[in-house]
Amino acid sequence: MAKRRSNAREILSRFRRNRLALFGAAILICLCVLAVFADFIAPYSYEEQDLLLSLDPPSRDHPFGADEFGRDILSRVIHGARVSLQVGFVAVGIGMILGGLLGAVAGFYGKRTDNIIMRTMDILLSIPSTLLAIAIAASLGPGLFNLMVAVGIASVPRYARIVRGSVLSIRNQEFIEAAKAVGSSDARIIVRHVLPNCMAPVIVQATLGVASAILNTAGLSFIGLGIQPPIPEWGAMLSSGRTYIRDFPHITLFPGLAIMMTILALNFVGDGLRDALDPKLKR
Amino acid sequence: MWRYILRRVVAFIPVLLGVSFIIFLLLYMTPGDPARMLLGDMATEDRVQALRQEMGLNDPFFVQFGRYILNALQGDIGRSYITKHPVTGEILAAFPATLKLAIFSVIIAIVLGIPLGIVSAIRQYSLFDTVAMVFALVGISMPVFWLGLLLILFFSVHLGWFPASGFDSFRAMVLPAVTLSTPSLAVISRMTRSSMLEVIRQDYIRTARAKGQKESVVIWRHALGNALIPIVTIVGLQFGGLLEGAVLTESVFSVPGVGRLMVEAIKTRDYPLVQGGVLYMAVAFSLINLLVDIVYAYVDPRIKAQYQGR
Repeated sequence: MAKRRSNAREILSRFRRNRLALFGAAILICLCVLAVFADFIAPYSYEEQDLLLSLDPPSRDHPFGADEFGRDILSRVIHGARVSLQVGFVAVGIGMILGGLLGAVAGFYGKRTDNIIMRTMDILLSIPSTLLAIAIAASLGPGLFNLMVAVGIASVPRYARIVRGSVLSIRNQEFIEAAKAVGSSDARIIVRHVLPNCMAPVIVQATLGVASAILNTAGLSFIGLGIQPPIPEWGAMLSSGRTYIRDFPHITLFPGLAIMMTILALNFVGDGLRDALDPKLKR
Repeated sequence: MWRYILRRVVAFIPVLLGVSFIIFLLLYMTPGDPARMLLGDMATEDRVQALRQEMGLNDPFFVQFGRYILNALQGDIGRSYITKHPVTGEILAAFPATLKLAIFSVIIAIVLGIPLGIVSAIRQYSLFDTVAMVFALVGISMPVFWLGLLLILFFSVHLGWFPASGFDSFRAMVLPAVTLSTPSLAVISRMTRSSMLEVIRQDYIRTARAKGQKESVVIWRHALGNALIPIVTIVGLQFGGLLEGAVLTESVFSVPGVGRLMVEAIKTRDYPLVQGGVLYMAVAFSLINLLVDIVYAYVDPRIKAQYQGR
């Protein structure tokens, strides 16, 4: 127990020394606060229309201006944080659970099971993930939840590969053998002993995965898949603002900035975690 | 060598079958009756049933899949619900624009990305390195469609240097290609930097320097030659990203390519066209990775050695 704690402390201190990672973490915490307390922080409702304000540039009352329906863009960007983080975490959760299980089973059992699972993953990987997400989202039909499922499933093969790789590297270690010797079931060995020991690369991939899930979703809703109005999703906001880009660029400016800050922060944290969790992985 | 190439080509076949199966499965699960979609709301139930029979939509799943594969081999992957034209024809007509855009972008990404990465690695922790790597991180984090809109705002609306849409002249191609190449440029320069940093610390580089080799030869011949293998992999994988990015970039700049065709199809719920676009793009991506595998054989002497004398 003592060793584990010191290990965690060391990881934390390595992470703390990385200034970019701390900066990213700070931005992420702010985003989470915005997402959770959006109803209290946003100055206006995200769907309230005031056509008198339509396309108004930024002003003191509306720091980010108003969109074509006269909705306050600041409030919509704040509520958008909730949508984006939700999409990011749910999609990654789906990808990580399905992919992690498939990868663990493939790596643990090896032979034919491994072959069947991993060849299927290879086939899925040969479709670029956004395109796969487009194909899945198109067949599931519109809706925020379907979009999350599509983006999540499209990321399954990546997690499967990573987990399989780590499982292969620890499968033959003594503590696994010991667990087998005392008669633990396969499921118990995989869940209690194998998976916890290959979490490091999965955590890193998951952090970066949240970034790509958010980016993917924004892209999909930009081209008109999934999100239904008036849900304040950043990609959808950009999409509707592009019509007015010549005369009212503020509509597209702020949602885009929000996406970029979020992705940048997640990338900083992901890189920092990778370096902190496993100095050997440092690039 | 030929054995290696042959093995790669043979391994390509199950991938193609698998991809077609996934696309077919997704089309099969899509809500709505294809026969009804083709005939429109006004058609009588009898006509819809007759067309269902004719299209084989009442057959079992695997019979339908077998027919789909046989037809796909002859280039027939269904008809557009909207224009009623064969999907293949529509996509092939749009493909040259997408290919041109992707190739133009990959050239920008390679020509700028690799030197950026090399210089950053040689001058690790210098100002140049820091600026280049911050730029790379921003490039990775920026949604391409937003970057495209910003470039339009700045270079078309304010400066008037480049047109905001179209793809018929070189000038019109500049903004879409720059937009699409940015994420790949960022990834390639990051990869080149880390790959070079790893190689530079190897013993044979120290040996090359110790025997008095010129620094430029050390970097370009000894170091880059060995750093190139992971870079080639990344360039191949970036093509996948480029094809995805093309869907968004084409939609921003109204480039008449497969991506914009798919976006229009999504808006009109023209599913055969959407899935057909994904299928063709996935095949193109797999073909490019097959080419990358073959290029490997020339870049990596270890592969050549493995197949020599057999």
